Amino acid sequence: MSLIALVPALPLFSAALMLVTAGKLPRLLVACLGAGSIALAAVCVAMIASSLLADDTVQTQTLWTWFAVGGFEPGVSFYIDGLTVVMMSVITGVGFLIHLYSIEFMWEDRSFSRYFAYMNLFVAAMLVLVMADNLLLLYLGWEGVGLCSYLLVGFWYQDPANGRAARKAFVVTRIGDTAMAIGLFLLLAELGTLDIQALMQAADATWQVGDALPTIAALLLLGGAVGKSAQLPLHTWLPDAMAGPTPVSALIHAATMVTAGVYLIARTHELFLLSPLALNTVAWVGVLTLLLAAFAALAQQDIKRILAYSTISQIGYMFLALGVGAFASGVFHLVTHAFFKALLFLAAGAVIHCLHHQHNIFRMGGLRSRLPLVFWVFLIGAAALAALPFTSGFYSKDAILLSAWEANRWLWAGGLLGALLTGIYSFRLIFVVFFGQAHTEPDRQPGWQMSLPLALLAVLSLVGGALALPLSGVFPTLASHPLNHSIEIIGIAVPLVGVAVAYLLYQGRQLPAERLVTAGPGKDLQSFWRRGWGMDALYQALWVSPYTALANLLRHEPVDSIYNLVVRACRWGHQGFAAAQNGALRWYATTMAFALIVVVALVLRGEV
Amino acid sequence: MTVWLFYIASVIALSATGLALTRSNAAHALIYLIVSLLAVAVLFFLMGAPFAAALEIVIYAGAIMVLFVFVIMMLNLGQEGEERERQWLSPRFWVVPGIMTALLLLELLLALRGSEALTSGFAVSPKEVGLALFGPYVLAVEIASMLLLAGLVGAYHLGRRFLVRGGQH
Amino acid sequence: MGGLQVPLEHVQILAAILFSMGMLGLMLRRNIIFMLMSLEVMLNAAALAFIAAGARWGHADGQVIFLLILSVAAAEVAVGLGLVLQVQRHFKTLDMDAARRLRG
Repeated sequence: MSLIALVPALPLFSAALMLVTAGKLPRLLVACLGAGSIALAAVCVAMIASSLLADDTVQTQTLWTWFAVGGFEPGVSFYIDGLTVVMMSVITGVGFLIHLYSIEFMWEDRSFSRYFAYMNLFVAAMLVLVMADNLLLLYLGWEGVGLCSYLLVGFWYQDPANGRAARKAFVVTRIGDTAMAIGLFLLLAELGTLDIQALMQAADATWQVGDALPTIAALLLLGGAVGKSAQLPLHTWLPDAMAGPTPVSALIHAATMVTAGVYLIARTHELFLLSPLALNTVAWVGVLTLLLAAFAALAQQDIKRILAYSTISQIGYMFLALGVGAFASGVFHLVTHAFFKALLFLAAGAVIHCLHHQHNIFRMGGLRSRLPLVFWVFLIGAAALAALPFTSGFYSKDAILLSAWEANRWLWAGGLLGALLTGIYSFRLIFVVFFGQAHTEPDRQPGWQMSLPLALLAVLSLVGGALALPLSGVFPTLASHPLNHSIEIIGIAVPLVGVAVAYLLYQGRQLPAERLVTAGPGKDLQSFWRRGWGMDALYQALWVSPYTALANLLRHEPVDSIYNLVVRACRWGHQGFAAAQNGALRWYATTMAFALIVVVALVLRGEV
Repeated sequence: MTVWLFYIASVIALSATGLALTRSNAAHALIYLIVSLLAVAVLFFLMGAPFAAALEIVIYAGAIMVLFVFVIMMLNLGQEGEERERQWLSPRFWVVPGIMTALLLLELLLALRGSEALTSGFAVSPKEVGLALFGPYVLAVEIASMLLLAGLVGAYHLGRRFLVRGGQH
Repeated sequence: MGGLQVPLEHVQILAAILFSMGMLGLMLRRNIIFMLMSLEVMLNAAALAFIAAGARWGHADGQVIFLLILSVAAAEVAVGLGLVLQVQRHFKTLDMDAARRLRG
């Protein structure tokens, strides 16, 4: 029973230890502590999971009451059901592999201990987020992962560009966090509790489907989810967040933190079910984001930015799934995505690491023979991403497309187009980086700490589709639809078409794609997509520039000038009066005579 | 006839004062001032205050003005002093004082018109003054003596360093 | 012997004019000696006014006040001329506009 509290406590304790010792511990010890705490947590999760699956019950544990104010008493307590176990396994399992990989990746970095401290802190916060049984504790974890994201994106803070990227990530997600906080206030005010199970029951009891209040609350929570999961319109921070070390991108921005939004909606799905408008918004947000990001990924040159936009796109799929009511499919896709996206990021990291920090894919090439292990795992990952048959991605994406077809043809069409584009850009990446002429030679090979996680994740990406997630008790089961074979066949064929298109455009010595993008509309389109559909520029003009202009206007503190006016008036009066005290005797005599005249005049006024 | 004496003495007092205040040479101004004081003493006498007239001459013109004369002689202002005074008397300095004086004079004249009173016509003897001084005004006399003592001490102290050539005190 | 009977108004007007002239001199002259002389003129004018008032009623009070004014004038001149000597010694000039600033 007490294992539950141990799961977040282990990484938290390890992080605290490393922060307190601040780099004084030997590197090997730090590595063992950092990766080891996650490994132990994973073991605990496995034990909890096995006992849960055996009894098919829900486990809870309350540590203490956080505070008690006016009848509101949130506790620091955990609630473990099927969904939680799934999330915990992903976080600790994939997290451990990424930590192991980081040992080699960050071995030569000066701030080795700080890195692992932040990573462990992040894992602890994420675990609190998924294990929380009330929304307030969840919000604590939410803020914690936001903090760690900021710390880790700006890890190499000596370069101011990294600091800017970190601040951008933090500020944009903050907008979402504020919406979520308002949503929490609304729920607390209306329903009197934030305990999730009690909240959902109270919502069902108090509100009807289609009421205004659950819609508002759900849309506010959606705002938070959109910020954290980098969906439209708050997605602009994720591509820039690639400034952090690659394992950070793998853990935070692929596998775990960005899925927090998906988890939130899945957790509070009863509330969303009360509001068809909110659910529909979720689905459309998902579809639009996945299309926008897929087009943008087609035009990027930085290997990590391609993967970042790909992440945004895949989370769009998860939102699409949630929006059409296929919650289990959405979570399934979350799990498989964690596997193959983490794999892709780690493999990309291996490529960057071995090519002395080269990020531009057009400077790579021909790595198939030079980094064979990396090539094979990358191929597996890209195949899973494109949802080629029999990979884990295939099963999850297929399920989503089927549910979309049942709900709304347009949503399905968007998802299908996205699948085509996914195929194109993922295999564009493969062909450009691993085939063709080598522009940069690798100067080393990845060691065992990097290769082992890559291999394990590759295996998971292949067989993960067979996982039966214990989600039946959590989500309402959808009405089962007859399998529509033609849709399935289309769903299988489209990614293959995408692969073929990528082959045609990017294979060979001279990339035919070059001709398309060097002139005319192709060039403009590409630069437009590369800039993320100009959204950064739009936000800059719409929000950032007016804000900084206003701040510049207020820099000289115009409001203070009112108070300064008082000061200036006093000084002016003082100087005026001081001029009358000039020490000259004749001047004094004159003023006395003047006063005398005035006084006599006043006295005479009545009598003349 | 003695009434005309009154007006003649008034004219002399006025003109002597006017001259006294507009001279560049301090000694000349002082002499004119003495003449003015003597004229005023005549006025006192004519109004029936012989004791005051005597005091005016003996103390005012005889002691105070002589003190002025001593100091002026000691200061030894000389020719360049006179030049400077003439410069300081150029017309543009007269404007503000002139205006204010005119205003005050106007006010005083306004205040003083319209009374029909006359002076009494009989003299007040020194004996009456003495009785008044040692009667109701004895306190004022004592205070005046204190004042004179203070003046004495102050003048002695202020004047002392000047006489010691070379400064250390 | 007695005194004259003159209109009080005339005497007071004379005193007023003398007083104004004294004030003019005080404001006009820059030399301290002349300023002190103007002060004497003003005091004298006030004394004249008092004597006239006393003569109006035939009392000794006017002369008593005159005596007090006289003693004030004497004390003031004594101290004032002592100050003039000090000014001359420190500032080497009798220009009152030179002695404007406090030191320290």
